[in-house]
Amino acid sequence: MTFKIDRRDLLKASGAIAATLAAPSILRAQAATVKVGVIEPLTGNLAYNGTQSAAGAKFAADAINAAGGIKSMGGAKIELVVVDAQSRPEAAASAVDTLVQAGACAFTGATASALGLASSQAAAKHNLAQVFSIGTAETIVQRGLPNVFRFTPGVNKCTSVALTNLKLLNEGSGNSVKTAAIVHEDGPFGSNMAKIMKEELPKQGIEVVETISHPTPQRDFSNIALRVKASKADILIPSNYLNEYTLMARALNQQRVELKAIYSILGGAASNIKFVRENQEVAQYVMDCNHWYDPTKEESKALAAKVADAKLDLTYDIMVSYATIQVIADALERAASDDRQKMIEALAASTFDGSIMPYGPTKFVNGDNVNSQPVNTQIRGDKIELVFPKEYASAEAVFPIPAKN
Amino acid sequence: MSSLILPAVLSGLMMGAVYALVALGLTLIYGVLHIINFAHGSLLMLALYAVYFLHYHLGVDPYLAIPIVLPVFFALGYALQRGLIAPMSSGSEQNVLLITLAISMIVDNLALYFWTSNTRTADIAYAYDTVEILGAYLPLGRVIAFVAALAVAPLLWAFMAYTRTGSAIRAVAIEKRGAELVGIDVNHTYAICFGIGTACVALAACLLLPTFYVTPQVGYTFVLVAFTTVVLGGMGSLVGALIAGLLLGVIESLCGLFLGESLGQIGIFLAFILILLFKPSGLLGRAR
Repeated sequence: MTFKIDRRDLLKASGAIAATLAAPSILRAQAATVKVGVIEPLTGNLAYNGTQSAAGAKFAADAINAAGGIKSMGGAKIELVVVDAQSRPEAAASAVDTLVQAGACAFTGATASALGLASSQAAAKHNLAQVFSIGTAETIVQRGLPNVFRFTPGVNKCTSVALTNLKLLNEGSGNSVKTAAIVHEDGPFGSNMAKIMKEELPKQGIEVVETISHPTPQRDFSNIALRVKASKADILIPSNYLNEYTLMARALNQQRVELKAIYSILGGAASNIKFVRENQEVAQYVMDCNHWYDPTKEESKALAAKVADAKLDLTYDIMVSYATIQVIADALERAASDDRQKMIEALAASTFDGSIMPYGPTKFVNGDNVNSQPVNTQIRGDKIELVFPKEYASAEAVFPIPAKN
Repeated sequence: MSSLILPAVLSGLMMGAVYALVALGLTLIYGVLHIINFAHGSLLMLALYAVYFLHYHLGVDPYLAIPIVLPVFFALGYALQRGLIAPMSSGSEQNVLLITLAISMIVDNLALYFWTSNTRTADIAYAYDTVEILGAYLPLGRVIAFVAALAVAPLLWAFMAYTRTGSAIRAVAIEKRGAELVGIDVNHTYAICFGIGTACVALAACLLLPTFYVTPQVGYTFVLVAFTTVVLGGMGSLVGALIAGLLLGVIESLCGLFLGESLGQIGIFLAFILILLFKPSGLLGRAR
């Protein structure tokens, strides 16, 4: 038996075979994904914050994908590429290579300024955009790197907003706070904060009557509590880390120190729900000026519910990481491409105002989002409530706090 | 400032008792056996986690955890010395140093891996309770630790002075080969001593947890002061360690008050250098 195949039949058969072979790739194209990097310290001494941030990024990606993905890219789903920065700057820098090899179009990270500085420097060589989740050091946006986008406020803005808010709160209470004690760790973070406070508080009519520095770790806070008590300060402004903050709060309680307010700026514990849970009695009414989401937004409420379902702590790490993925998704939507340069251009032109944070439309000036702002939180019962500014508040600020006796 | 001196002295004594408690175990291991145990801080950290988890998961009060944690840590110490340090060191002090350093690094990093760097504090009803002594408010947990330190140091001394095991430990420490010749099982005696030292660390953890936090790095907060306390008290002197711990606590507290907290810890090492200049064998140590 013989088959006769003419030119027409051969062309038809070739076309059919080609169509059959191409079908999977067409199907793949329809369900395409776009890779977004997450560099966070999942191990090492920043593991808690890093793990929380990575969870926040995942919640955001899931929400965006459930809502139809990146529509301008045919509904492409966000696929997160999570790399461990190991709480070490050099690991954060080398994590960028992993992201580049994986084909990430941009990334978020990296919890601590030191890690973010290293990763963004490495990413600049690859023209890869980094949207900072948390990075308060001002040097982050002072290096002129075009791939750096800090979505959340830096230390300068946090400090100035904290002082402005304190002034407003104090005026609202009939200027009940007249004297302040500053307790700070003796490293750059605490010392710089204390210096700014000592200069600025007198301009608000608040006299600094005691300034106490302490090393990290500090094993006993009894003397410090006694000195604060002896100073008869109305308000305590602490700048130290979680461990010392916990011991300090306990010592203040044990030495029966009566204060009208405890007011932290970027406090290690005051915006940490674990601190609240484990130190209910001493944590009450502690106020902080820090990163926090807008609790009145529906998406924020949905996030809080998901975090509770996942049995995670609702910390600002989760919130800001969630928001940075929102910013990246918006840039992808406008860029309609996962090209790294186009992503940088889209981020630079971002006017996104749909994030869960209480910010105005995003506007990056030299990589710094000028419309970001910290807010005031206050520990109330077993919750951390946003109390200031009032348009985002979930509770009224209690200032000054009720006397214990 | 003068009104703060008495409260500062008293709170220094309370903190000093904690130093003494941590140092008692080290006195036996480092002071008597001359094993430079770099893992001492890591064992303290492990014990603190054990007490914390007993409280968190099973609701066991840290003080009631003493009869549970002490035997476990005695066994752990015994096993470490008998199964790891002794066979691997082959009698060389340098090897012991490296092995305990390795144990410390492994334990610390495993703790970091499994429990993360998250700070944990036990939510205990009496954690904020105070005792008023001479007008000063002292944390109840610290007062209990102070009383315990005063009781445990003489008890340990009596154990070392009047029991056969205590005599064996002292014999091994003075002359290993001679002890072997009179029928003492040297390896067993070393391990017993290491076990008692580790159980002391566990006791310190039970007494410390109500007033302190737990992280994988918490051991480092105490270990340097513990070594200082042992040497200052006199190598191997249990009562010396108690006195040295209390003294260092008071010195640190007063230096913190007058020189600032950042310089407070300098006082510890300044006093250490000065005392050793005039009494090189330590407060209650015997000249060799």
